[in-house]
Amino acid sequence: MAQKQLPRFPFEERDLARFREVQQLAYHCAEQVAAWIEPGVTERQATARLRRSLVQAGVQDFFHVPFAWFGDRTAFRHFHTPLQFFAGSRVLKEGMPYVLDCAPVVDGYTADIGYGGKVGENAVWDRLAQDLKVYRELILREVKARKTLSEVYAAVDAQIAEHGYDNRHQVYPGRVIGHQVTRMTARGPAGVNLFGFGVRTLQTLGRELVKERLEGRSPLWAGGRASRHAPTPGLWAVEPHIGFREVGIKFEELLVVTDDDVYWLDDDLPHVRRWALLEDAA
Amino acid sequence: MTGRSTEIRRRTVDSGGLRLAVYEQGDPANPTVLMVHGYPDDHSVWDDVAADLAADHHVVRYDTRGAGASGVPARREDYRLELLGQDLFAVADAVSPDRPVHVVAHDWGSVQSWEAVTAPGSYRRIASYTTMSGPGLDHMGHWIRHRLRRPTPRHVSQLLRQGLHSWYIGLFHLPVLAPAAWKLGLARLWPRVLNDLEAVRPRPGHPQPTLAKDAVHGIELYRANMRPSVAKPRERRTEVPVQLITLQRDNYVSEFLSEGLEQWAPRLTRRTLNATHWSALLEKGPSVAAMVRDFAARDHGALRQEPSGTGELVVVTGGGSGIGRATALAFADQGARVVVCDRDLPAAQRTAELCALSGVKSGAYQVDVSDGAAVDAFAKQVAADFGVPDVVVNNAGIGHSGTFLQTTEEEWRRILDVNLWGVIHGCRAFGQLMVDQGRGGHIVNLASAAAYLPSKVLAAYATSKSAVFMLSDCLRAELAAHRIGVSTICPGIVNTNITRTSTFSGLGEEEQAAQQARVSKMYARRGFPPEKVAAEIVRAVRTGKAVVPVTVEAKAARLLGRLSPGLLRKAARFDIG
Repeated sequence: MAQKQLPRFPFEERDLARFREVQQLAYHCAEQVAAWIEPGVTERQATARLRRSLVQAGVQDFFHVPFAWFGDRTAFRHFHTPLQFFAGSRVLKEGMPYVLDCAPVVDGYTADIGYGGKVGENAVWDRLAQDLKVYRELILREVKARKTLSEVYAAVDAQIAEHGYDNRHQVYPGRVIGHQVTRMTARGPAGVNLFGFGVRTLQTLGRELVKERLEGRSPLWAGGRASRHAPTPGLWAVEPHIGFREVGIKFEELLVVTDDDVYWLDDDLPHVRRWALLEDAA
Repeated sequence: MTGRSTEIRRRTVDSGGLRLAVYEQGDPANPTVLMVHGYPDDHSVWDDVAADLAADHHVVRYDTRGAGASGVPARREDYRLELLGQDLFAVADAVSPDRPVHVVAHDWGSVQSWEAVTAPGSYRRIASYTTMSGPGLDHMGHWIRHRLRRPTPRHVSQLLRQGLHSWYIGLFHLPVLAPAAWKLGLARLWPRVLNDLEAVRPRPGHPQPTLAKDAVHGIELYRANMRPSVAKPRERRTEVPVQLITLQRDNYVSEFLSEGLEQWAPRLTRRTLNATHWSALLEKGPSVAAMVRDFAARDHGALRQEPSGTGELVVVTGGGSGIGRATALAFADQGARVVVCDRDLPAAQRTAELCALSGVKSGAYQVDVSDGAAVDAFAKQVAADFGVPDVVVNNAGIGHSGTFLQTTEEEWRRILDVNLWGVIHGCRAFGQLMVDQGRGGHIVNLASAAAYLPSKVLAAYATSKSAVFMLSDCLRAELAAHRIGVSTICPGIVNTNITRTSTFSGLGEEEQAAQQARVSKMYARRGFPPEKVAAEIVRAVRTGKAVVPVTVEAKAARLLGRLSPGLLRKAARFDIG
């Protein structure tokens, strides 16, 4: 398929500020849940709490329903059907890792975040959490070089192999490491979801998918042929998810790809602060 | 101190009204090791092991009920497992009231110790458990049920084979016959039976003078427990760290009987000893003592936090990536100390770091295996830093594709230097150390399905791997006498970085890269992960399997090569590989 000219960067500074706000809000709520979480809590209780705190903070709709994974489910071990992504009855125990993933929408501005944590001691988690930094830097560097999205995906895979971990984002539907985020303008009923995705999400996503595919691009960022194109200007929710044995960890945040620059929307995020603290301590 | 360790102190412990004869050696201030003998033995079967351990342990043995100098219960019910388990706790409480004990058991002693070890709260009284040749009867019941429920050919064959090994249990349930046999001369013949069938040389003081009586009473152990436990197995788990020593030439308990034991004893360490059912204790006492000492010395409570300085030592060459790294991690996961070497030092160090996450000690070295002097130096260094390895995995290898006439002399040399000479150097340097040490061990050589699957485009690679295959066969024969096993692994198409560094004869640089990408993609699509090969390698070491084709294609090619070698020769003409 012939590749056409890339579209212009569609957002203004005030749009970005709103996106940043929603992302801050989402991480803030995740941190609140993380502070409350303790052994004995189930995944369903955690997602319910996350949803409540997001709604209280003014969230009107969800790009997808909140997820929580505990223990080896953070690494998607023994996942055979997409239904297994949904929060279940797994009980958090001392030493277990967990991942919270939510995607609130406010006024059509969407955030999609992933928050990894642990209760008690877990040496494997500590190591993974530290190494995750490499991926944030790698992705930024590669996208800045305007490599094709599938090349960036391959570079992440090579880094995962070098680290001795395994690629867990390949378990997501479409094996995606990320997806494009646009301002949601669909009119379907807010707060209603189908297979875990908001109805408005599906409308927007469907429309984008058709439009972008006609242009020879894909709003879904994976390793295949469809992603063999330079990064489309706009916002990308990027979610490298790595695992080692029974422990998985990810971050997910928005990457801004403008016509001439690439940067992470916000650096004031829990995982970035954690790396800074570790560096100060070292 | 020496007086303390050789002098044997007798005492009697009361267990539910029955007298148990207890024998103590060594300084009571040292950690207590409690030994439980089997059938038809008494405490004296432990003489060698006890003498060795008494130097630095408080060694306690007892005659189980009905045997030796202990009391003889009047009724069959009094031989029930619950009571036998209580005997063990009674002795432990008497000889070490404040600290938990390390239990070591053999044969029926092991069966009854499982009863104690899997009792609720047992971890308060038992610090570790070393078991030989005696499965928990409940575990065995589940083992049989599982196999009856899923009668795959493998399962059926296991059931039949273990059934053949257990012939005497049936006899023991018949009236008159077995007791009569013992009384009418089997006891007198016993030293000869041990000598001829069990490789145990006759010696004074063995077997015990009470053998005939012990053997007759002991039959009740089988009659009281076998049927109920196996017919209605209970779910018995334990938190206690368990060390299972599989005796490779055991005539009564098959190695596969312990398959799936992790389900009941998650903190399981497997070791093997090249011995028969009785020669383990009566001929190789010091080896057993060393394993017990090693296991008891581990700080099990801290196992997950502190790197453990003990445990088996595994060396993996080419451990920086792929199958090598996965193998290192698999062994580390089982509590082994792991040393990896690679040409790429940072990659090797990374593997060592990942191993350390399992709470084991690990090391990384930069070695080019094609350099004999470097491998010799590496082996010496490992011996100095960690000791002589128990397992050596010669994994380092490179890929190359090209027909015979395309392949240049330089390419031939490079392939043979790494793939063949690398293995030769590794086997020679470490094999010599292992032989000198005399503790046995295992060498694993990574060959390939290409070792028996000819292909016109893999001339040099297949030749090098085929040589490794034959080298391993010859080496196995030589090292058998030293109790060092040799396994040849033939993986097949596995998704590792070997394809990304493979070279291709007669191609320019760009074409090389394109070809590497193409083959890598094919291997990735096949999607067979190196972790599965690693699991097979660990299994080969545990079971002593000689040749292990791993993937379906490797197995099929091996089978086809035997059924119709001509077909494989024809297929070799295609441009595959």
